[in-house]
Amino acid sequence: MPVTATCTHPSKFGPFGGAYVPEVLVPAVTELEAAFLESRADPAFQAELQHLLRTYVGRPTAVYHARRLSELLGGAQIYLKREDLAHSGAHKINNALGQALLARRMGKRRLIAETGAGQHGVATATVAALLGLECIVYMGSVDMARQEPNVLRMRLLGAQVRPVESGSRTLKDAVNEAIRDWVTTVGESYYLLGSALGPHPYPTMVREFQRVIGDEARAQMLTGVGRLPDVVVACVGGGSNAIGIFSAFLQDQGVHLIGVEAGGEGVATGRHAARFADPLLGRPGVLHGAYTYVLQDADGQIVETHSISAGLDYAAVGPEHAYLRQVERAEYTWATDDQALEAFHLLARTEGILPALESAHAVAEGMRVAKISDKEKILLINLSGRGDKDLNTVLQAMEAARP
Amino acid sequence: MSGLTRIATAFQRARGAGRAALLPYFTLGFPTPEASLDVVAAIAAAGADLIELGLPFSDPLADGSSIQRSTQVALKNGTNLAGCLAQVRSLRGRGIEQPFLLMGYINPILAYGPERFAAEAAAAGADGLIVPDLPPEEAGDLEVACREHGQALVYLVAPTTPAARLKQVAARSSGFLYLASLAGVTGARRTVAPGLAAFVARARRATSLPLAVGFGISTPAQAGEVGRLADGVIVGSALVDAVGRGENGGAFVASLRARLEEPG
Repeated sequence: MPVTATCTHPSKFGPFGGAYVPEVLVPAVTELEAAFLESRADPAFQAELQHLLRTYVGRPTAVYHARRLSELLGGAQIYLKREDLAHSGAHKINNALGQALLARRMGKRRLIAETGAGQHGVATATVAALLGLECIVYMGSVDMARQEPNVLRMRLLGAQVRPVESGSRTLKDAVNEAIRDWVTTVGESYYLLGSALGPHPYPTMVREFQRVIGDEARAQMLTGVGRLPDVVVACVGGGSNAIGIFSAFLQDQGVHLIGVEAGGEGVATGRHAARFADPLLGRPGVLHGAYTYVLQDADGQIVETHSISAGLDYAAVGPEHAYLRQVERAEYTWATDDQALEAFHLLARTEGILPALESAHAVAEGMRVAKISDKEKILLINLSGRGDKDLNTVLQAMEAARP
Repeated sequence: MSGLTRIATAFQRARGAGRAALLPYFTLGFPTPEASLDVVAAIAAAGADLIELGLPFSDPLADGSSIQRSTQVALKNGTNLAGCLAQVRSLRGRGIEQPFLLMGYINPILAYGPERFAAEAAAAGADGLIVPDLPPEEAGDLEVACREHGQALVYLVAPTTPAARLKQVAARSSGFLYLASLAGVTGARRTVAPGLAAFVARARRATSLPLAVGFGISTPAQAGEVGRLADGVIVGSALVDAVGRGENGGAFVASLRARLEEPG
């Protein structure tokens, strides 16, 4: 099956995607799709978005040649797309800004968001402050505890952070609560979904707001290095940073795309968030509006996931990734908590960069591939966010590892 | 007799008696699997015309806190779809004759297999399905399976549903059309949603199917008010709450039924 260009916006990616939503939301997603398509054709909207991406977010973000890390590993040349340098510390701002401008265009003054690691919540709180919009962020109480600095940041930015105590009290439950809010306040609220997930048009819309990562990186590789990378690696929770960087390279058949899921304590243990890697738990199903790979038990109940990184700790993967895997355009693998931590430390000490634990999963896989590749190979890793928010988690892991 | 016929007959019988039909909802497996059967038997005896049986799901995003809690308890009790179907058989074994509508989310049904589920639901004695996160656009396989096995597939509409879509959804619905009285999740509200009369009138123009209204109806007074507008009144969260407090579900349903019988 050919991977087509993104000129059209179908509601499905092969069999995946769709809009499995309560009827009350059907008009809302239809209206959203229309508004999104209108905004794409509106030069004034695009000009404001581009202007803010440049002057507020700080785009384009750099592509950096990690020479010391490459030398240490002795294989491929590693380049990092530095989304960690974007305002508010991760790629999440690209999507949050685009959708918040869309919300304002639609006349919605109240933003609802869910957050896992807190990066999307911070990004939404940031753009809400920028545009003068009300902002409610739902966050599982377990995540609030492990990502406390981000909770404080959201509150300082003027957002209301509402703890979610249902279910596993993590990202999945925060999404449930955000959707319940949306269902109830659909007239005045805009649901600013943070990843390439959920009902159509979200997976497509989020990809389009994130593809700036890939478009920039592709041009930067061509001008700065003189050629395309051989491999592009990105971590995949919902998969917005991955789909953002992949989408620019889909037509470049020579570029190998690798998505990295959270292997947690190892796929065999069942304590992970590797939707593609675990044939027992990871099967196609519906969660939060989309048909995609979902971690579920034999009865179709969604199972609790585990990852050291809150941003990857989610039971469903973005439907376009399920499609890219099915048509074998992208490959999906996983890194464990320990491998991500090791990558975190190595990148910190060899390059002076503290990656987000989410991004550290991509770094771990990138390191593995680099080691077994020739020196002239070029590997591009999407460093999707910075690790300041993870200091507590990393320090606790170091304590626990001490004999 | 197919589920559709049995559902139609139940609405006709209520209409013949000059009142709206009463459709209580109760979660299978709550507070225990055995106790939930007793509650269903009690509400059947107390005057339910049709009964909605809730199928638990881990992520019930259209439900408010009452039904969420009940389904979490049911899941902890080990309730799954196979168990729910066994419970339906057991309820039929007790001689309960009201039509049963199984209400649950799409993922467990997909995991079970839509065709297998519709076939086994029919064999167990169910009459139809209500799947709140399944709009008609995504319902292809399940709709075909339901038709094949004589099960109704009841769709929901909401006050936000535009006129043209209301007509489309109603045309796909079978058994009855489920009107969510408000934009929101299930759960008790203090008053009946403003604008309900206009919404019901809009739905009347779109379809000749019976119209049952649910979401937010929790007291006999509210049930009476809604019963004057619609063909059916659905009460779920308030019943689940009453049983959760240790009250008699049958007595609560009897109080709803009594109000529906009062001349409007």
